[in-house]
Amino acid sequence: MEQDNIISNAETSSTAPSAKTIIDVKGLYKGFGNVPVLSNLSLQLFENENLVVLGKSGSGKSVLIKCMVRLLTANSGSIHIFGKNVNELDDGELAELRVKIGFLFQSGALYDSMTIRENLEFPLIRIKKHLSRKEIDQKIEEALENVGLSDTMNKMPSQLSGGMRKRASLARTIVVDPMIMLYDEPTTGLDPVTSDEISTLINNVQKKYNTSSIIITHDIECARTTADRVIMLNKGEVYLEGTIEEFEQSTDELIQSFFKIRPPQ
Amino acid sequence: MKDIGPIRQRIAKLPSVKNQAIKLSENAIKKTQKANRFFLEIGEFNLFLWLTVKASFSRHFEFKEFLRQCFLVGNKTVPLITLTGLVIGLVLTIQSRPILVDFGAVSKLPGMVALSIVREMGPVVTALICCGKIGSGMGAELGSMKVTEQIDAMEVSSTNPIRFLVVPRVLAATLMIPILVLYADALGILGSWAGSNIKGDVTFVLFFTQAFSAIGFSDFFPAVIKTFFFGAAIGFVGCYKGFTAGRGTESVGKAANQSVVLASVFVILIDLIAVQITDMLY
Repeated sequence: MEQDNIISNAETSSTAPSAKTIIDVKGLYKGFGNVPVLSNLSLQLFENENLVVLGKSGSGKSVLIKCMVRLLTANSGSIHIFGKNVNELDDGELAELRVKIGFLFQSGALYDSMTIRENLEFPLIRIKKHLSRKEIDQKIEEALENVGLSDTMNKMPSQLSGGMRKRASLARTIVVDPMIMLYDEPTTGLDPVTSDEISTLINNVQKKYNTSSIIITHDIECARTTADRVIMLNKGEVYLEGTIEEFEQSTDELIQSFFKIRPPQ
Repeated sequence: MKDIGPIRQRIAKLPSVKNQAIKLSENAIKKTQKANRFFLEIGEFNLFLWLTVKASFSRHFEFKEFLRQCFLVGNKTVPLITLTGLVIGLVLTIQSRPILVDFGAVSKLPGMVALSIVREMGPVVTALICCGKIGSGMGAELGSMKVTEQIDAMEVSSTNPIRFLVVPRVLAATLMIPILVLYADALGILGSWAGSNIKGDVTFVLFFTQAFSAIGFSDFFPAVIKTFFFGAAIGFVGCYKGFTAGRGTESVGKAANQSVVLASVFVILIDLIAVQITDMLY
């Protein structure tokens, strides 16, 4: 079968890292009613890598990362993060695990009623309770500086542009020093220049904070800039796994339909 | 030979019987689904109530957010309550006065109006106004937070959204609505004094002495107690509807609308129960 060949080829040709496994998903099934969204999905995220998950709208990309932080509960299969099965954790253990994971939402999800400073302070004072006022201020300033938003500290989210909101949201995520970053379509709805800025920021965050990241996207340019390894989902299953170069050279029709629209520059 | 005519007729009727059976079973399935949804909603409501109660007694109380909500619930509703309280007293007096004059009992007017305001009109009208102002506001605010994934963001940052968003709102409404009711009662009586001076002449001190001499502990105490329940119901329903809003922007409007309707129903039911209990006790 062609699809089986594609996956097995990709498995042999992918980076096959010897690094530590951070996330290990096995035989994941998630459905809504009688409609399966993810079926028998397995993947791994290795230490310090950027894994890009590509796929058409409705292929289950966002559902996958929401299952990882248990915003959605999988029907069957397992998700091990740092060796712990997410589906079997109690509330306390889940809260402990979530502290290590940064989640950048598609919409940014900044708290409308708070200023940017308060948005960053919100997770910080609840997760890093031992920090003094001065240390909190320092961390907020540093996180905003890293995303180039030092001058927006006292602004409300509604006063920022789409790209700035995404960056502020990224600052809120990195301010608590996560070990894993999950990006849900980070460049959706942004112009190409701002998209490139966000993609570069994702790389910078990985280098500076030594994070392992999963980037959900259907933006090929974002994938080209950020990916160490790429997985394509189709109908809730892994369709192809490999490097971005392998994807670009693939003759498969579905893969080509993704890449032919925006050829490499 | 046996006549097979009736059997043929029966066979000929079979398709329509089959169609009827299909229709019946489809209707039965639809009704079962509706019943399922109803029971699911009740289950969801009770679960949310349990989680809210549990979170209310947790160690980390969001005091700053509670104060902010008290300010929003209390301060921002004051102008509306001021107007309503004054008008209730004024209208009640203007409409009751001619009847009392006919019976020669106009001196009973302050007591009668004060009693109806303190026991029923003040609490219920204030609570219904708060259903519209506070309940819908909470439903819309939390509904839009749900739609824009802000509640999910809170959850993944290891913050219990019920503890941060629901508990302070419910407690603020529980505490502030009784205060608003007392304020509305006072303004209602003031409005009544103004109303009685349109066609009569009664001093402020005399009016208030007569009004308060008519109100006893058994009038005042149960009326105040039930307003705590009104507040809790309004806050809780607003938060519940916001939290369980769907994913589209349309669901924000729906959540706000359903908050008002359901909270109003709760206020009326609580009032009914409170009246029955008061009647039994006093």
